[in-house]
Amino acid sequence: MKYMMLVCTDTEPDTDTAPEPDIHAWVAENDGAGRRLDGHELGPLSTATTVRVRNGRLLVSDGPFAETKEIIVGFDLLECADLDEAIEVARTHPMARGGRIELRPFAVYEQ
Amino acid sequence: MSSTAYRGAAAASAAAAAAVESYPRIVATLIRLTGDWTLAEDCAQDALAQAVQRWGGGVPDNPGGWLMTVARNRALDVLRRAAVERRKLHDLAVLARTEESGADQAADDGEVVDDRLRLIFTCCHPALPLEARVALTLRTICGVPTGDIARAFLIGESTMTRRLTRAKTKIAQAGIPYRVPQGPALAERLPGVLAVLYLLFTHGYNADGEPAFAAEAIRLTRLLAHLMPAQPEVRALLALCLLQDSRRTARRDGQGRLLTLDQQDRSRWDRGAIVEGLALLAEVPEDGPYALQARIAACHAAAATPADTDWVRIADCYDALTRQQPSPVVELNRAVAHGYAYGPAAGLALLARARAGGALDDYPHTIAVEAHLTARDGDHGRAAALFRRAAAAARTEPERQALLERAEDESQAG
Repeated sequence: MKYMMLVCTDTEPDTDTAPEPDIHAWVAENDGAGRRLDGHELGPLSTATTVRVRNGRLLVSDGPFAETKEIIVGFDLLECADLDEAIEVARTHPMARGGRIELRPFAVYEQ
Repeated sequence: MSSTAYRGAAAASAAAAAAVESYPRIVATLIRLTGDWTLAEDCAQDALAQAVQRWGGGVPDNPGGWLMTVARNRALDVLRRAAVERRKLHDLAVLARTEESGADQAADDGEVVDDRLRLIFTCCHPALPLEARVALTLRTICGVPTGDIARAFLIGESTMTRRLTRAKTKIAQAGIPYRVPQGPALAERLPGVLAVLYLLFTHGYNADGEPAFAAEAIRLTRLLAHLMPAQPEVRALLALCLLQDSRRTARRDGQGRLLTLDQQDRSRWDRGAIVEGLALLAEVPEDGPYALQARIAACHAAAATPADTDWVRIADCYDALTRQQPSPVVELNRAVAHGYAYGPAAGLALLARARAGGALDDYPHTIAVEAHLTARDGDHGRAAALFRRAAAAARTEPERQALLERAEDESQAG
């Protein structure tokens, strides 16, 4: 199954002082195992642009579409057997402690 | 309404017990083979209904096997008619063969895993909302009708149906596996399963609960303890439920008012449940959170009169519980226990600490606890005022009445 892993900040990060896992090791391990298909850190919010079309008119505006304190700072596209495997991948990402991670399966279409 | 109505007319016969025992196994196996939760439930219910009709003329030698065969054939029929992909039909053919040879377990990672265990862990998966876990457990494993679950949760049946459908959809679409976690993951996930079972029990045991749910929770915890004999906390939870449930018929007076432990007629406590609970607990080596709670319940169960209660032991258990799972309610109970073990002043001191920061401000029981401790400390005037305040905060009318009576007693004592 394919999961989009949205890496977000959190207003209440982990206060544990144990060293965070290394992101490069995480990428190397999951790329090597074929569980990570793609992914990247995203530029800062100041670089975000929102695009809408309303009544045929293009509306382009500065900034993200959602005004929240938690922002998406990166993504990874995973290929996992099931949700438990995806959770195991997410838990070892450094941002699981510094922020939070949302796992979203690809939509399922009825045959 | 009766939440045991789903067992229907069959409840009259001994065969019904076999049917009820078989239900989770049938559902669990059909889910593994078809991946279709609703189909599995429908076929299991259908088999039970047929048993009620047909067993009047004599119960088969192997009622569980009979039910499994009927349910499996029904699933085969439905799937054939729906012309699903070949793989599922193949699985059903495999099922047919394994059932005939008497085996009902399937190998998983080289280990034999009971399908019922997979079902329990899947229903209690932390990626599902907590209420959905409880509802799905009741519906799928215990076979309780959706309408009965909805009434217990104080919501409409259609809302509960939607909630169950959403949970099953999430299981399928988010890829929640039908599997028992292995290794370190098992230790992480088991407490969540036990929490659902205990929540189910308290739904049945609480004053406004649905009593049949307590029995379902005990049945399910017993099954889990049987399936996971190496897990002491499962046995501890079973002991806790049995010891608390032993008081079920002694907890109310003739008017249905809840009685405290020292008011209950202890001859009405269920001795069988107590003996079983104590025996289970004796085999639990370490003190996890459920073991500690069970040991507290055991101290009450073992006391012939309220005065015989080993409050020092109970206070010790609350000390340990506070270290493992600190919460305002645990600290409140700890203050009560210390009040009995070491005198009301000790209890009041702990109570003041527990209330620091306002953690217990919204908990109506807090003032009543302070009132009881103050009364025992001899300050009757202050105790009367506290009982009146507690009465004003009480959630139910009988509780309010009882607290006002105590206020009156204290006024006269002072």
